[in-house]
Amino acid sequence: MGAHAEEAHHTSTGLNNRKLLFWSFLGSECMFFGSLIATYLVYKGRSQVGPYPHEVFDIPLTSYSAFLLLMSSLTMVLALAAVQHNNRKGSLIWLAATALLGMHFVANQVYEFTDFLHRGLNLQTNLFGSTFYVLTGFHGTHVTVGVIWLWSLFMMALRGKLGADRSLDVEIAGLYWHFVDVVWIAIFTLIYLIQ
Amino acid sequence: MEHGYDRHPNEKAHPGARAYLAIAVVLLVITIVEVAIFYIPSMKPVLVPSLLTLSALKFALVAMFYMHLKFDHKLFSWLFVVPMAIAAAVILALMMLFGVF
Repeated sequence: MGAHAEEAHHTSTGLNNRKLLFWSFLGSECMFFGSLIATYLVYKGRSQVGPYPHEVFDIPLTSYSAFLLLMSSLTMVLALAAVQHNNRKGSLIWLAATALLGMHFVANQVYEFTDFLHRGLNLQTNLFGSTFYVLTGFHGTHVTVGVIWLWSLFMMALRGKLGADRSLDVEIAGLYWHFVDVVWIAIFTLIYLIQ
Repeated sequence: MEHGYDRHPNEKAHPGARAYLAIAVVLLVITIVEVAIFYIPSMKPVLVPSLLTLSALKFALVAMFYMHLKFDHKLFSWLFVVPMAIAAAVILALMMLFGVF
């Protein structure tokens, strides 16, 4: 066992405490995004002035963003598999690919927000603007945090400090990344496709 | 100890790259179908149930296979599914309270 490996300490559940804690955190994140989605849906169609969703949404662009996040989930699990097998080259390639796909997603969101602003939709324009920017903005912030996390893991791998004994670090980062993906699956359907 | 920590005896081994690729193809196909349904006018009457079903399927695939809930200890699934069910209930309750339905 490596110096940094999780020691096989006894826990009352027999499960790894870090993983248990992280799943609890993801549970709280479900409630957080649930409240933001609920707020959007409750105020949907109640804006007194435009622009309205159907006037600004660019479905091809958001479909492409959905594709990027789905593919990043694939590269994330491939990165985890590479780390678990002590495959340094594979770890570097797949971690970088995941981070770059995430950065592309964030870039698309920045483009989308800028486009909406030019069309006259800001946080205070109407109920749609307020609820939309808060929901998707928080999601984009989560993606950005994930990208920073992934690049830090990439740096660890680059320095040869991300072997199989540290694979739990990648597994937990992966759980966060996949969570961000499933939240986008919900947002893409509930906000963009069901108008 | 391939995974960097000792697994619980009830936990199963995670799938390999082939299975991950197969799941990615399925997710991609579902997304294409979702977007197609959105653009086909004749699908309008069944748009909402179709999209909700397909997105729930995508959600479940990612959670079960990429987040390994199908293979890990059931307690992890409970920690995720129970808050998600509460969140869904809150969404539905608020929508009913505000007269969306």
